[in-house]
Amino acid sequence: MRLLGMIGAFVILCIGFNIFTDGRFLTPRNLFNLSIQTVSVAIMACGMVFIIVTRHIDLSVGALLATTSAVMAVTQTELLPHILGLGLGNPVTWAITIVVGLLIGALIGAFHGWMVGYLTIPAFIVTLGGFLVWRNVAWYMTSGQTIGPLDSTFLMFGGTNGTLGTSASWLLGLFATAIAIWALWSGRRAKAAHGFPVKPVWAEATMATIIAVAILGYVYIVNSYAIPTRRLQRMFEARGEVMPEGLVVGYGIPISVLILIIVAVSLTVVARKTRFGRYIFATGGNPDAAELSGINTRLLTVKIFALMGFLCAVSAVVASARLANHSNDIGTLDELRVIAAAVIGGTALSGGIGTIYGAILGALIMQALQSGMAMVGVDAPFQNIVVGSVLVLAVYIDIVYRKRLGAK
Amino acid sequence: MQAQDTQKTPSNTGRGSGAPPLVEMREISISFGGIKAVDHVSVDLYPGEVVGLLGHNGAGKSTLIKVLSGAYQMDHGEILIDGKPVEITNPRDARTNNIETIYQTLALADNLDATSNLFLGREMTTPMGLVNDAAMEAECRKIMAQLNPNFQKFNDPVSALSGGQRQSVAIARAVYFNARILIMDEPTAALGPHETQMVADLIHQLKAQGIGIFLIDHDVHAVMDLCDRASVMKNGKLVGTVDIEDVTDDDLLSMIILGKQPGQKAE
Repeated sequence: MRLLGMIGAFVILCIGFNIFTDGRFLTPRNLFNLSIQTVSVAIMACGMVFIIVTRHIDLSVGALLATTSAVMAVTQTELLPHILGLGLGNPVTWAITIVVGLLIGALIGAFHGWMVGYLTIPAFIVTLGGFLVWRNVAWYMTSGQTIGPLDSTFLMFGGTNGTLGTSASWLLGLFATAIAIWALWSGRRAKAAHGFPVKPVWAEATMATIIAVAILGYVYIVNSYAIPTRRLQRMFEARGEVMPEGLVVGYGIPISVLILIIVAVSLTVVARKTRFGRYIFATGGNPDAAELSGINTRLLTVKIFALMGFLCAVSAVVASARLANHSNDIGTLDELRVIAAAVIGGTALSGGIGTIYGAILGALIMQALQSGMAMVGVDAPFQNIVVGSVLVLAVYIDIVYRKRLGAK
Repeated sequence: MQAQDTQKTPSNTGRGSGAPPLVEMREISISFGGIKAVDHVSVDLYPGEVVGLLGHNGAGKSTLIKVLSGAYQMDHGEILIDGKPVEITNPRDARTNNIETIYQTLALADNLDATSNLFLGREMTTPMGLVNDAAMEAECRKIMAQLNPNFQKFNDPVSALSGGQRQSVAIARAVYFNARILIMDEPTAALGPHETQMVADLIHQLKAQGIGIFLIDHDVHAVMDLCDRASVMKNGKLVGTVDIEDVTDDDLLSMIILGKQPGQKAE
């Protein structure tokens, strides 16, 4: 129900902006850009759901993104090519860089988690400190300079520079739809096998249809965003071929969006189908009960923050690759966008409640608002005023909605 | 330190058969910030026996029992199970020793459903290592059918359940995993008369299966009805342990209120 409400809000928002921009909002080009702009915040919002569900908060994600981005920028432009002598454009550079970045992100996150879980310093304080520390570690590492250009393979994770192409996108879309329907069906079968009541067929069918339309619709949109002819020409020239006259090639699914989908699907499985996920929600619902049930809540905290750090590094890959360089202000204010996305997506700050898809939708709604207003021509200060108000309003609607349902 | 020695007379339980007690807590002490919450207290429990723990609020009953369930760590003392010393430093250790606890607060995660709470910390998994919700729900339905046949809300979070239903979930969690030692901290505090009777029936049933039960309760009558022996605590110290057959309600009350052994003259 909630999910439908959020999708509804998103659709209304899109249609509204489309009318005000004379049809410029709902173009393949804009939707493509909207999706790649959302990825970075959405990936971190997925991790933030787990943090907030366990009644913590992480104010350091933007700073952590900057530090991991700086580490990766230095690794791929200085460390590997010059100091280790791999040279520029070496085919292993991007892989080593990403492994280093993810490792550093997870380590810093685990360190935060250790301070929260074992030293029992409130997460608000630990990550407020982390916010100042890591933002400035990044600054110090790069002396505040913009570092670039980044490795050419690395740039493929940013969006426009790396897409799957049309046929692979269709294949992937069909594959994903099949998996989703199979998952719905096997869940239903498992219930039926034990003789539990199952949802009516029409409800499951509606769900399946929504999923199929969303997946295939998105593939259709990004496939119909054609690569500009000039750019296509250059790609052919780079390969030493001549571009056929009148050729139109769509972008297809950006690799960064694919990463977000992988993150979202795996974390949804983690949340619903693993002990780790079950313990996260149990701890959020009642920390004492979780402890008394033999759950090691301290270690759990370390793991959750390590995961958050890891996801910050993933976002750092996407964000720096999209900008094609590491800039000193990368990820500034992202912590607030990420928290807002999770909260608009229905994650309760009191703990125990939250979904991954909600957080992603939250990120999408925020980004749509922001870029929609920019397209309509709303002044920058008003954009932020609106986004801030929407955040408060969304939480209020959520509270009213939950009260109506009689839940606490 | 007075009244350490308990009169041990044989009864219909595993007591007196010469076998070591199921649980023996020896000279347990624990203090919080200089206050001795439990001061050199020894209690024991035999298979098929119900031992009541009585005392005022703050007498140290719950603290003592939390040492056994692994929620608190004792400062001094020793815990023996089947005559062998065991280390219990966290709730997992207690579970490994087949000690299950029904807490006064029930210790349920309100946002999860009955099945998730029943299996919390001990989920059934599929060969792929994922939690097997369907199999767990089937087990949950089975045990709830025995404990509380009216229970139907399997897909709602436990926050949506009534007090009695929540209690059923907490009890199910304690008895499902083959407990040998069961700790019940005021299990009937939030229940109506019908549900209280259900808990009493359950205690008789578990007793017949040879499970040893520590029952913490304020209600002297409930203790008189359900227990074989009662240990009374006051101000963190053990007043004494008595056989229920040998004492009256008034004896127990004076132990709780005055802290004196039956037969002893009040000063």
